[in-house]
Amino acid sequence: MLMVATGNRAVAEAVRQAKPAVIAAYPITPQTGIVEQIAEYVTHGDLLSRYIPVESEHSAMAACIGASATGVRTFTATSSHGLLYMHEMTNWAAGARLPIVMANVNRAIGPGWNIWAEHTDAIQERDTGWLQVYISTVQEAYDATLMAFRIAEHNDVLLPVMVNLDGFLLSHDMQPLETVEPGDFIPPLHLPHAIDPTNPVAYGPLTGPDQYFRFRWDIERSMRDSVSVIRQTQAEFARRFGRTYGFTDDYRCDDADVVVVAMGTLGKEAEVAVDTLRNEGVKAGSMRLRWFRPFPKLDLAGREVVVIDRSYSFGFGGTLATSIRASCGIEPYSVIAGLGGQEVTYDDIAGFVRNRRIGGEFWFGVTPGV
Amino acid sequence: MTEIPKEEYVLKGTTACAGCSASLSLRYVLKVAGPDTVLVIPASCSSVIQGTYPNTALHIPVYNIAFAAAAACASGMSNAFRELGKKTNVIVYAGDGGTLDIGIQSMSGAFERGTDFLYICYDNEEYGNTGMQRSGATPLGARTTTTPAGKTEEKKDIDAIIAAHNPPYMATACSAFPQDIFKKVKKALSIRGPTFIHILAPCPSGWHYPPGKTIEIGRLAVKTGMWLLYEREYGQVSISSPSKAAMKNPAPLEEFLAPQRRFAGIDPKTVEILKQRIAQNIKRLTKEESGVC
Repeated sequence: MLMVATGNRAVAEAVRQAKPAVIAAYPITPQTGIVEQIAEYVTHGDLLSRYIPVESEHSAMAACIGASATGVRTFTATSSHGLLYMHEMTNWAAGARLPIVMANVNRAIGPGWNIWAEHTDAIQERDTGWLQVYISTVQEAYDATLMAFRIAEHNDVLLPVMVNLDGFLLSHDMQPLETVEPGDFIPPLHLPHAIDPTNPVAYGPLTGPDQYFRFRWDIERSMRDSVSVIRQTQAEFARRFGRTYGFTDDYRCDDADVVVVAMGTLGKEAEVAVDTLRNEGVKAGSMRLRWFRPFPKLDLAGREVVVIDRSYSFGFGGTLATSIRASCGIEPYSVIAGLGGQEVTYDDIAGFVRNRRIGGEFWFGVTPGV
Repeated sequence: MTEIPKEEYVLKGTTACAGCSASLSLRYVLKVAGPDTVLVIPASCSSVIQGTYPNTALHIPVYNIAFAAAAACASGMSNAFRELGKKTNVIVYAGDGGTLDIGIQSMSGAFERGTDFLYICYDNEEYGNTGMQRSGATPLGARTTTTPAGKTEEKKDIDAIIAAHNPPYMATACSAFPQDIFKKVKKALSIRGPTFIHILAPCPSGWHYPPGKTIEIGRLAVKTGMWLLYEREYGQVSISSPSKAAMKNPAPLEEFLAPQRRFAGIDPKTVEILKQRIAQNIKRLTKEESGVC
């Protein structure tokens, strides 16, 4: 079905079709559209789920954990402070190997209060054992949410998945959306360690270093195995529904001398900047990073790289720039832009490329440079 | 005489302290609940009591969860079981810290939402698991490792807070009265919706009395009126038999305080305040039972 929808509506629509048995969520701007839409679906019988209107995000994730542990499909959505408030439980969800799917509407962290787009919230969840995908259009919000259930619940993964969409820029922006009939694209969940009173087990009790360490390795092993599950799932999605996704979304990269790497909506904006630069004779390309965890192998050898970060690790550097530096062994030009919802246009991005100083760092609109 | 089933769900080999009345209470709770039960346990002495991976001393599924999250976790679990058409009992077994302090938000939320579960707070009036620090449940005058001169504040009245949520059933109990625990758990599990049982669980390691006296101390808490046993079913209070006689003619409070080193050197003025509070609590509860309040 073809419609015009916001990113929030697109996520809710995908959740309706994925039919989780339990949804527990707490409202926070700019995620509210998702939980309001789901509440509508549940109230009117369009979605036969238990919707638990919890009293906090910490409890939202705890309730998802309790429900998921019985072997049913679960979903929640949050943003910003909500995500940070549930941080203890996001760790628990991954450690307990529960395939919970969560939409996170990326938003800045206070103080001062700021409700606009920034990636700091999700980036602070980087090391929890969650898979993270960052999307750039309303269509992709829908597609990625459907795929998230299949990936999380795959027997080789059994880890939670976070779908990240930029606050307001995607959560509230209206764009065309084509929904599909998922059919058996998301198979029924068979959680091998679901609670079974006929087989009493203690989940998460006191655990000594040897076994604990092994459990941590198990998370990493599944994280590595998730690479091929993501690839298969995206290939199967393309085969069935005709829309193709990769670990990155590459635009005019093949012969590019300089490549812009960014996540979320900035990565999409970069494609327009690339066209502008190409018209000027600059062989530019854009590589929009979709999956941040697991972090893919990027082919950036022999090119100059401009990384745009919508988050920062104080005392060290842009988070994405740091990751590129470490994983690709190259020294990029690190641009910090768009914090707290700062407006960043494709002209601005073209400017970053024109004025690049490889090895340097530039805070757009703050530090002198361009 | 209440018939207590022979089946054991707290097996031999728990790692509880000698004289632990929290594990004793749990034994009776699980005898009532039976095998179709999941226990949700936040960080507490019960995280230790159950033993270490890969062993477990509890013969039912146990879901361990972070300190503040037991009621919320149980809320999700209960909803999932009901969605699956299963009647599995979901029981939270949380300490006083996990209930009165860090867990109060998720507990309040779960009660307000009418979660179908039984929440049991076993109250040893301290953070026992971490080495006897003060909690909101520690009584006035009691020494803990963080109140070395005795606590200067009174015990938080969690039962009044729970009552304000209007649960269909709530009760207090004490580990020294297992048949009373048995009856109350049985009733709680027969009722749909959120039910609450607050079990006073004397702790030899933190209250500093010989482990062999754990039942005696519990009985003295009731005899002196320091702990009142009652049920509140759909708002109607009924005082439980062990407390009925005690409330008419409470034993001197000193009998309860003296054997416990946590009260050693307690200021007589503080004892007076405790006594006044007992008298007030007895008066209030008597009024509530007769419906004149």
